[in-house]
Amino acid sequence: MLRSPLYCAVCSLPPEYCEFTGKLKRCKVWLRDAHPATYKILYDAEDDSVDAVSGKLAESSIGEEREEKLEKDLLKLQAKQENREQRELQMKLSSKVVIKREARTKKKSLVAISGLEVFEIDMKKLAKTFASKFATGCSVAKNVEKKEEIIVQGDVLEGVEKYIHALLEEKGLKDVKVEVVDVKKKKKPDTAAAGGDQSKSSK
Amino acid sequence: MFRKFTKEDVHSRSKVKSSMQRTLKAKLVRQYPKLEDVIDELIPKKSQIELIKCEDKIQLYTVDGEVFFFQKFDELIPSLKLVHKFPDAYPTVQVDRGAIKFVLSGANIMCPGLTSAGAKLPPAPGYENDTIVVINAENKVSAMAVGKLMMSTEEIKSINKGHGVEMIHHLDDPLWNFTVE
Repeated sequence: MLRSPLYCAVCSLPPEYCEFTGKLKRCKVWLRDAHPATYKILYDAEDDSVDAVSGKLAESSIGEEREEKLEKDLLKLQAKQENREQRELQMKLSSKVVIKREARTKKKSLVAISGLEVFEIDMKKLAKTFASKFATGCSVAKNVEKKEEIIVQGDVLEGVEKYIHALLEEKGLKDVKVEVVDVKKKKKPDTAAAGGDQSKSSK
Repeated sequence: MFRKFTKEDVHSRSKVKSSMQRTLKAKLVRQYPKLEDVIDELIPKKSQIELIKCEDKIQLYTVDGEVFFFQKFDELIPSLKLVHKFPDAYPTVQVDRGAIKFVLSGANIMCPGLTSAGAKLPPAPGYENDTIVVINAENKVSAMAVGKLMMSTEEIKSINKGHGVEMIHHLDDPLWNFTVE
């Protein structure tokens, strides 16, 4: 009785509306791989030559001229969308994540992570994850530049670094720079190995 | 209604009591009588409806993390996720292909888009003013928007000018992308 609707994994709409989102190219690729049957119904006719095009025109009622205009507008939208995506990716790649260890009193330290806001990560959630993962306090705070950063209490620099790398890799953003800054304390030789300013990109 | 809608607009979340759940279901069936046969399939007795109160007195009802319907005043309005599951139960109008683009960006629907060759309106007597309608598109199977009639369908046919349907909820709007974790 009930239908179980199919939604596009790229743009989240029912596949027949993909053409209006400007992400059509990626939607098509997804649909072809995931649901070949539906793909055939929706797009097979289009890829064929003149025949199919005229058939499509006959189907639609709004007249040749308006159909053409619509098509043009859609193409424009698609180009725009592509440009935007490119830009966003560029921005993501050029930004960097800073993980910083700061000394507090005596043996205590805290780790601050900033520069995550570009990656559409839910900061509060991540803070919660860190809190339970390292069994410490963890909060989201605004830093000097009025940007959000995550502050983890305790000396968990290595763990955080590993986790961030894994997180970025999962998002397919391997090449994002992760900078580890260690504000050294006076007497603590055993952290010297990981200490010093070092910036490196993940493997 | 959902032009701007984010997680920050959520005020409170609470579970709906089972007695309340029954009344809600009854109300839904009263509004859309054709739902009667499938209501227990849509919202099984054991499922938990959650009520999410939002900014502007909007209330969302979710089942298993999916928004099923919402209300602003008294009327229950189905979300598109629910409409897609069982499209036959609601009053429906259809717009032509040229209008899809505008509808998907959240425009109100103009009368000419409802009366042209590719569009479909119900035969007389049609629907009253203020009816909640599901908006389909030419050559498409799934619905693409939910709106409220600003004049009766007969008036739309005769006047054929200006706004015909007020947009409430459309594909790819913030409510469509809204998820409860």
